[in-house]
Amino acid sequence: MSAPHHIPAAEAIIACEGLSKHFGGIRAFTDVAFQARRGEVTAVIGDNGAGKSTLIRSLVGVHQPDTGNLFFDGRARPFANPDEARKAGIETVHQNLALIDELTVAQNLFLNREIVRRIGPFAFLDRKAMKREARSMLSRLSINVPSISQRVRRLSGGQRQAISICRAVGSGAKLVVMDEPTAALGVQETANVEALIRRLREQSVSVILVSHNFDQVRRLSDQIWVMRAGKMAATVRASETSGNELVALVTGAA
Amino acid sequence: MSTPADNAPAAHSAGAEESRPSLAALLLDPSFWADWASVVGLVGLVIVFGIAQPVFLSVANLQALLLAAAILVVLSIGQTFVIATSGIDLSLAAAVMLGAIILGLVNAAGYGIFVACVLAVLATSAVGFLNGLIITAGKIPDFVVTLGTLSGITGLGLILSGGEPTMVGSTFLLRLASGSLGPFGYPVWVAIAAVIVAHIALYHTRFGVHLLATGGQTESAGALGIRTNRVKIAAYTISGFCAGIAAILLVARIGSAEPQINTSLLLNSVAAVVLGGVSLFGGRASILGPAIGALMLTALVNGLTLLNVSAFYQPLAVGAIVVLAALIMRYQK
Repeated sequence: MSAPHHIPAAEAIIACEGLSKHFGGIRAFTDVAFQARRGEVTAVIGDNGAGKSTLIRSLVGVHQPDTGNLFFDGRARPFANPDEARKAGIETVHQNLALIDELTVAQNLFLNREIVRRIGPFAFLDRKAMKREARSMLSRLSINVPSISQRVRRLSGGQRQAISICRAVGSGAKLVVMDEPTAALGVQETANVEALIRRLREQSVSVILVSHNFDQVRRLSDQIWVMRAGKMAATVRASETSGNELVALVTGAA
Repeated sequence: MSTPADNAPAAHSAGAEESRPSLAALLLDPSFWADWASVVGLVGLVIVFGIAQPVFLSVANLQALLLAAAILVVLSIGQTFVIATSGIDLSLAAAVMLGAIILGLVNAAGYGIFVACVLAVLATSAVGFLNGLIITAGKIPDFVVTLGTLSGITGLGLILSGGEPTMVGSTFLLRLASGSLGPFGYPVWVAIAAVIVAHIALYHTRFGVHLLATGGQTESAGALGIRTNRVKIAAYTISGFCAGIAAILLVARIGSAEPQINTSLLLNSVAAVVLGGVSLFGGRASILGPAIGALMLTALVNGLTLLNVSAFYQPLAVGAIVVLAALIMRYQK
């Protein structure tokens, strides 16, 4: 079980092999092989400091891996920065959400992807079109917010998370990466966000989910990858594992 | 500018769409007063001064007031763009001085007034660009950098001018200063044009959204691929550009280029922005608010002068009002 399953390249939306990242003398992770299948929810779990977040950030261009190969959508694609990854079709829902409090829901949904009318060098906003689109994006994922003209500052944590996810999906991303999407949420809000992730799965959106919560991971994901002390320790099908087994894998007791 | 009511700071239109709270609830909400501080202040001043000194409301005085406010309005717009990115431009008034001196010297050298004006605006825009470049590339706090350029370009202005004022006897500038179209003098029209262009840039362009995003949460904006450094540099360059326009209006108004910094222009530009409901923490801005704030500060000085209050008391009054406005801002939602 400790050797990662090999998935045919066509099935993997993203894959890496031999990936390592060091910060000075500190090894974040070493020689990691990882794959996520198209249309599945792939979870990455591990203890604090196991290297989950750094691995994910290295996949989406925030960090540059020191060694190893990265394949996205069937092609070798090292990303020099998050913008490149974004353009290639990877949307990240950041732990800190990356929403702008003072902008409205609609503005946030279209941030840096505004619908504009170009007149010479000027890009004028098509606010009507953006509002219309924003409404349909939200309704497609059954996300309820009081109003798309409301400032994000006034929304609850769960609503903010939903909007972040909606923005990621709405861009037509091939892969949505979520880092601890429910870490800061209450019980009801967590349930809402989980329902949202399930809807993504029904719509065959490829998702990578980083989480601490083993139960959540078993509820939501298809494949689970376990990191321990900077290495990829194991990978299992969510349907074939138990909470106890995951705990054992994460702590190294297995 | 004369009909501010129909053009509420766009921050509002969002909330207004959803539900209209009752008038009483609105008046009891401190956030309402915070958002409308400049309008409320202006209306209050007009009423008080109008009663205390009827001359204040004469057409001639109101025209003079608008004329006197034009420079401050233009500068406040520049300052607004910078403050919207959560920065501050302390070199604004010094840039005005540098622009004026360059205008005077180039004109005196016989290059014609248009070349002189263009070079003045280019120079002040370059100062703004440099501010932005040093702040973003050097990762140095904005007030340190702009304080540095404040001193630097003051020195440059003194060196260039030899400390002497330069007379600028241009018919173009004379007409700019004294001519009028309809009810307003040309400088007022320049200010109105600046307000309209800035308003469109802030609310109806991609740049405007990116500016507010950069000011609101720089890191988040960066994570979404917005080039926040470029946005900041652009904001400081706009500020410099506004300083250049103000320099032209100033030289036109006084007929010469003085190697002197009008520090009250700098303080009042920040004051107008605060009065206009723009958050000093960035991310939240309007153009009409600061423009009305600039009008209000000018009305304050104008009214106090008409009431024969000594000029010595005027900075005191401006200071008190600004601090009061900043206190009210705390209630902004």
